[in-house]
Amino acid sequence: MFGYVVQRLLSGLATLFLVALMVFVIMRVLPGDAAVMMTGAGAGAISDAELAEVRARLGLDQPLPVQFVAWSAEIARLNLGTSLYTGNPVIEDVAQRFPFTLQIVVMAMLIAVFLGIPAGVLSARFAGSWFDQILRALSIGGLAAPSFWVGLLLILGLVYFFQWSAPLFWEPFWVSPLQSLSQLIWPAIAVGLRQLALIARMTRSIMLEVLGEDYIRTARAKGLAEGAVVIRHGLRNALMPVVTLIGFEFSALFGGLIVTEAVFNVPGLGQYVVNAILNRDYPAAQGIVLILAGIVVIGNLTVDLLYGWLDPRTRVRTAKA
Amino acid sequence: MSAPPAAAGSAAAIAEPADATTLLPPRPGRLSRLLRMARQQPLGAMGALVLLVMAVFAVGAPYLAPFDPAEGDPTALYVPPNAKYWLGTDAFGRDTLSRLIWGARVSLMVGLGASLLGVVIGAAIGIVTGYHGGWADTVAQRVMDALLAFPMLLLALAMAAVLGPSLQNVIIALAMPIIPRAARIARSSVLVLKATPFIEAARATGCSDARILLRHVLPNTFAPLLVIATAYLGLAIVQEAALDYLGAGIQEPQASWGLMMSGAATALALTAPWIVIFPGIAICLTVLASNLLGDAIRDLLDPKLRRDYP
Repeated sequence: MFGYVVQRLLSGLATLFLVALMVFVIMRVLPGDAAVMMTGAGAGAISDAELAEVRARLGLDQPLPVQFVAWSAEIARLNLGTSLYTGNPVIEDVAQRFPFTLQIVVMAMLIAVFLGIPAGVLSARFAGSWFDQILRALSIGGLAAPSFWVGLLLILGLVYFFQWSAPLFWEPFWVSPLQSLSQLIWPAIAVGLRQLALIARMTRSIMLEVLGEDYIRTARAKGLAEGAVVIRHGLRNALMPVVTLIGFEFSALFGGLIVTEAVFNVPGLGQYVVNAILNRDYPAAQGIVLILAGIVVIGNLTVDLLYGWLDPRTRVRTAKA
Repeated sequence: MSAPPAAAGSAAAIAEPADATTLLPPRPGRLSRLLRMARQQPLGAMGALVLLVMAVFAVGAPYLAPFDPAEGDPTALYVPPNAKYWLGTDAFGRDTLSRLIWGARVSLMVGLGASLLGVVIGAAIGIVTGYHGGWADTVAQRVMDALLAFPMLLLALAMAAVLGPSLQNVIIALAMPIIPRAARIARSSVLVLKATPFIEAARATGCSDARILLRHVLPNTFAPLLVIATAYLGLAIVQEAALDYLGAGIQEPQASWGLMMSGAATALALTAPWIVIFPGIAICLTVLASNLLGDAIRDLLDPKLRRDYP
């Protein structure tokens, strides 16, 4: 087991290295000059000598492979560099914004899991009933609605019915938890809706399959209460593919937040990375893409390990065992 | 369901020499087969119909749109839906309905273009490297893993920023995240196929690798690829709207569904909610339709669920 984890971690590192290379290349082929952007003046407004000076200071005058090696070496020391746009160390900018993004993701997932799984189970248990029909229609619709549109509609409704106004200051959770929760609940609903629909649909279809199994009939035949049959014998066995889905969606959510944060104007990682890309802020964009990719890699690894824990049959046997 | 007495089918049966095959029920005509499929998959048929209507809007935009999508009436800003402007006007006095109709063009072209491009390239990579195996497979796998580690929209956003905003570039940018996903699915079905006796038989009879790939492997991976192509059609449409919303996609004064929503934030909510509501409904309808069609295609192609279509 330990060998397997090490092997997976190493291949994850290899993936991250490739991601780093790709994002480095993508950022360098971006039209536009970081030095010009940074000086804040339009092209031509400052002399070539000044530009060359700025480039030299940023190391942008070096050949690309040299720049890449220098950057990788810094990354290996966990130094993401300084943002060209905000002027702060990227890691500080991230530390400031990441909590908002993480909180939305967690809240969205909690909403999706705690509503989606019960809805899917009930839908499967009472397949064909009106509840099932309504839920299926809702979930298929929820999959089609873009999260940023749901966000816009939420804002529209909030403004119309409650004279809501977008918060000027977004409170971090540890400063005032209640206010933070009430501020971030709307973006969380907007992004969570799709996950809710996905989880409900997935739970329903797997539960339908599981509830048709022989051991469920056995459990009923020996006189178990219906709740125990459905939950203990049914749900437990249906949970695994759902956990996989949740794991993958968890990392996908980080990416999906990019637009939703823009809609609600939440100062999170999504907004930061969009601005970094559009402003040619090389260190910031490269650093965040790497962080997000790292989250995806770790997320996938966690899902695989959880899988083994939930289902002993899929546990990897190491060579020695 | 009994065999329908299709005229074409019975004519063929008479024309053919009387051997064992004529004892089978006649093969129903193409149209009746299509109708039968539609009856068995009513939701899928509805999806296909909605997409067809959208396609008609997209193709016939210059004739169907009541107003110019880019040219506004400066005397009619933020007009609520009325008899003249059915879905109201925006900040420049442009007709929402006309912009929706022209926007269908962008959405459908990007959706179809990106999902086809992504699936074709991804499938080619997955099929060839999966069949070849060895170092090519390993290298391709690693690169695909790296692409998969990018959040989908982020990869598309970065590509769109590199390529610059234009319809063609948005299609390429949105195809990028589809490539590794299609490659993965194609590869896994090739790995299964490689072990089957009929591929071995093809190799034993001296078929070249190219022939095996084109004649034996490709047709057998077609079903899963078609299913993911429809799935990504809807996703590409949503992501295109997101790119436009973020300002990295289609640019003003062109009309696209994502762009139509982008100006409108909290400030507009009270003045002109229709600007936000209608493009979103258009996206929902189109994506819903493509999802329903995709589900229906999957059910029809899945041998376990397949009914009696030949």
